[in-house]
Amino acid sequence: MADQVRPSRLFKNLNAKIASIPMILTAVVVFLGGTAWTILYSFTDSKLLPRLRFVGLDQYERLWSAPRWLISIENLAVYGVLALIFSFGIGFMLAALLDQKIRFEDAFRTIFLYPFALSFVVTGLVWQWILNPDFGVQHIVRSLGWSSFTFDPLYNADIVIYGLLFAGLWQGTGLVMCLMLAGLRGIDEDVWKAARVDGIPTWKTYLFIVIPMMRPVFITALVIVTSGIVKLYDLVVAMTGGGPGQASEVPAKYVYEFMFRAQNLGQGFAASTMMLVTVAIILIPWAYLEFGGKRRG
Amino acid sequence: MKSMNLALGLLASVALPSVALATDLEVTHWWTSGGEAAAVAELATAFDATGNKWVDGAIAGSGDTARPIMISRITGGDPMGATQFNHGRQAQELVEAGLFRDLTDVATRENWAALVNPPTLLENCTLDGKIYCVPVNIHSWQWLWLSNGAFEKAGVAVPANWNEFVAAAPALEAAGITPLAMGKQPWQQAGAFNVLMVGVGGSDLFLKVYKDKDAAFAAGPEVAAVFKAADDARKMAAKSNVQNWNEATSMVINATAGGQIMGDWAQGEFQVAGQTAGKEYTCLPGLGLNEVISTGGDAFYFPKLDDPEKSAAQDVLASVMMAPATQVAFNLKKGSLPVRGDVDLSTANDCMQKGLKILAEGHVIQSSDELMDPDSITQINDLFATFFSDMSMTPEDAQKQFAALVGSAQ
Amino acid sequence: MADRPLPARTPAASRLAEGPRGARPRPTLSRRNILLYGTLTVIAAYYLLPLYVMVVTSLKGMPEIRLGNIFAPPVEITFQPWVKAWAQACTGLNCDGLSRGFWNSVRITVPSVILSIAIASVNGYALANWRFKGSETFFTILIFGAFIPYQVMLYPIVILLREIGLYGTLWGLILVHTIFGMPILTLLFRNYFTSVPEELFKAARVDGAGFWTIYFKIMVPMSLPIFVVAIILQVTGIWNDFLFGVIYTKPDTYPMTVQLNNIVNSVQGVKEYNVNMAATLLTGLVPLVIYFISGKLFVRGIAAGAVKG
Repeated sequence: MADQVRPSRLFKNLNAKIASIPMILTAVVVFLGGTAWTILYSFTDSKLLPRLRFVGLDQYERLWSAPRWLISIENLAVYGVLALIFSFGIGFMLAALLDQKIRFEDAFRTIFLYPFALSFVVTGLVWQWILNPDFGVQHIVRSLGWSSFTFDPLYNADIVIYGLLFAGLWQGTGLVMCLMLAGLRGIDEDVWKAARVDGIPTWKTYLFIVIPMMRPVFITALVIVTSGIVKLYDLVVAMTGGGPGQASEVPAKYVYEFMFRAQNLGQGFAASTMMLVTVAIILIPWAYLEFGGKRRG
Repeated sequence: MKSMNLALGLLASVALPSVALATDLEVTHWWTSGGEAAAVAELATAFDATGNKWVDGAIAGSGDTARPIMISRITGGDPMGATQFNHGRQAQELVEAGLFRDLTDVATRENWAALVNPPTLLENCTLDGKIYCVPVNIHSWQWLWLSNGAFEKAGVAVPANWNEFVAAAPALEAAGITPLAMGKQPWQQAGAFNVLMVGVGGSDLFLKVYKDKDAAFAAGPEVAAVFKAADDARKMAAKSNVQNWNEATSMVINATAGGQIMGDWAQGEFQVAGQTAGKEYTCLPGLGLNEVISTGGDAFYFPKLDDPEKSAAQDVLASVMMAPATQVAFNLKKGSLPVRGDVDLSTANDCMQKGLKILAEGHVIQSSDELMDPDSITQINDLFATFFSDMSMTPEDAQKQFAALVGSAQ
Repeated sequence: MADRPLPARTPAASRLAEGPRGARPRPTLSRRNILLYGTLTVIAAYYLLPLYVMVVTSLKGMPEIRLGNIFAPPVEITFQPWVKAWAQACTGLNCDGLSRGFWNSVRITVPSVILSIAIASVNGYALANWRFKGSETFFTILIFGAFIPYQVMLYPIVILLREIGLYGTLWGLILVHTIFGMPILTLLFRNYFTSVPEELFKAARVDGAGFWTIYFKIMVPMSLPIFVVAIILQVTGIWNDFLFGVIYTKPDTYPMTVQLNNIVNSVQGVKEYNVNMAATLLTGLVPLVIYFISGKLFVRGIAAGAVKG
């Protein structure tokens, strides 16, 4: 980007400043202001209506001793790690397959990506139907003769998180594939030529040359996918409602329910502040890598 | 936008010229199952008959889904004309914040204080001597619904109480029938537990826990017996694969499940399915052990509005909801009991008659919604959601956590 | 390649058009090719399966669903579930199906898309070509805003909308969509405008053209593709929104996703899976159609929105 400052235009720049008012308002009032407001009120005992009666860290202490919050965190961690591993693994594999100068590349890519155009609510409902034990996969396999076959992830507390994962991956892997494909296309042809000349096997070229070169794409994809995972909400609501029991609760749902359902705003604010902290932990190293050295160029 | 509204208004007035004078009042509620919708239609018809117009704002997916939406609309400054809440403390803080219309005038004019039975219902609506809501029905949780057909298929007699039901469970399972149908939403699971508490332990035990919030007692041996019963219940419900309560009721209706612990609103579903108490199904109040019912239920609150015409319509609606004719028509469809003792419900079916009799005898307790704040209720619901779906959680563990929650509840 | 993700002047997305760079394939029908296409086909089948299940389920009658196999094609095709989902399914006393939600979604999406793109493109233009003191700081805050979990912002926005009197109105929701669309769109436009040759801009300045003249006469006509990308991104994003729709509207103005969730959860007696699937398909139809029509541009939108170019 062009970094030359245009000093003589300061006063003429009024139009640009006026044009930027919506952005400034959004950034300062909504994003900064809203965040500060939520953090401030997380130290109060607000119930149904916000009120400034401070109780120190009480809300946080309760949060971290609430079994439901701990379950939510654990679920998110399991879902998050698996979603990352699989969406990156599958996404990269698909991208690599599509990058083989194949025919019908467009058709395949269209198919892998179309779930991304659907809302989580739609995704959740379809998979709920496919995984329904009385009609879906379990029923089909049983009617083929394997009568003891059990596959009811949405009704079994131990594996419900994998049921969510099925749907989440179906919806989100296409995006990772797309990013990876863009990254692969950014690798210079000469790299491949050199590797071939040196007689390095293809898989080794991918693993030791191409993937390290694609590090920036991986990082970007990581940030996007992770911040999406932290927000996980619609899918759970549409697919399991957090059940069976609390087995598929997630932090975003905890926040929503304590704010609006249990009428304990303070608790909801404390939980959402913790979500914010999580995101910050992911973002700050990335922002440092991205913008770190060159800001003062 | 304004011109668009205007255009739509013009269109509407062309299509429905007669409603020109009516005041529209949007009413939000979470009554969306077949039986519930039929009952709401009675309220709507009665209100429309006064020349006003009921604009239905149903929100699907149980009160837990609906209440957040209602509350955020009221606090967001875009209130509806009237809204449902359960009896008790769900709307307490909104009342305290002065967001609801004071109905004392209507109530005094019609002498609600003398009519409403039990009086705790009106007390729930009262703050500083002023009345802020209209109780419309009494719903009791303490019912066991049994499918006569299922027991016939299993070749055992229809049980007369919970203990016999537990004993019959193996026979039902052998016949491929799920003994106990139970939806997988926390409120249903916690509700069933509280029913077991009243049924197995009696009302004194229930009140000691929920009203006195006696943590030591909640950790004691009497309550342990309730947890033992809940352990039976979750085993019997292990194969129940439904989410919503009325899907579970459908299982009882279709005789694919032996029974369900559910409030008297389940009755509406049997009615919609054309079944008769005593013939296709059996109802046991208090699980057949302790015939006590709780006086939970629904009340309507009326947010303060700026438009005087709407405020007047709110008073009309409040009065309509309390009117004897509406009470009868609504409660018959809903399967709930009327809030006034002076109406004739001789047309009610067997189960409702049982309920009316218990109510008349005064064997009533307050519901947990009335005794604890929503925050504590949510935590207790969460606990039972885990208990009922996670077989690895022992009754002892659950009881320990339960006692701790009771101790810290408000 | 250093820390930069990709060189600034060539947006990563446009590279998709440059063709594959992977290992050169050997002649056709080798074992490798069979394996390659075989794998791709199997995976493609997995991806298409839910869509297929939705379609066949929505065309069956309930008796057939209860007996049959969800993967089997319908024996007797019926469009009744579609009719019911569109016009008759009930939530409480409102039995007008998804149709109302559809029109609400249209009334929400169209102004939101226009407003958010108008604002974000001007923002991006100012950030790319007319920087002022502090502009980058505001931009950084804005980008961080894209990652803040929405839950943090839910309640403050309830208060904000109440204070400006827009709570529960369509315009309130439109404002919310404009706010939350701003980070990614501003980024998109800023990066695009930065890649417009500096000379063009300078020449226009020399000719005496001002902020708005350059924007409308030069920038907008030059950047139609990026506008299309932005439109696709916003239409699908806003159409698919559930959380904001549920919190910042009321039953009269519920968007289609919320209405879908309502209809599916309003069980009257037996769950009508065929109606639910038809309703689900109807809700997904708009973004799907846009996706299939726009094809590569959609891909570009995602990649461009995601990878900083």
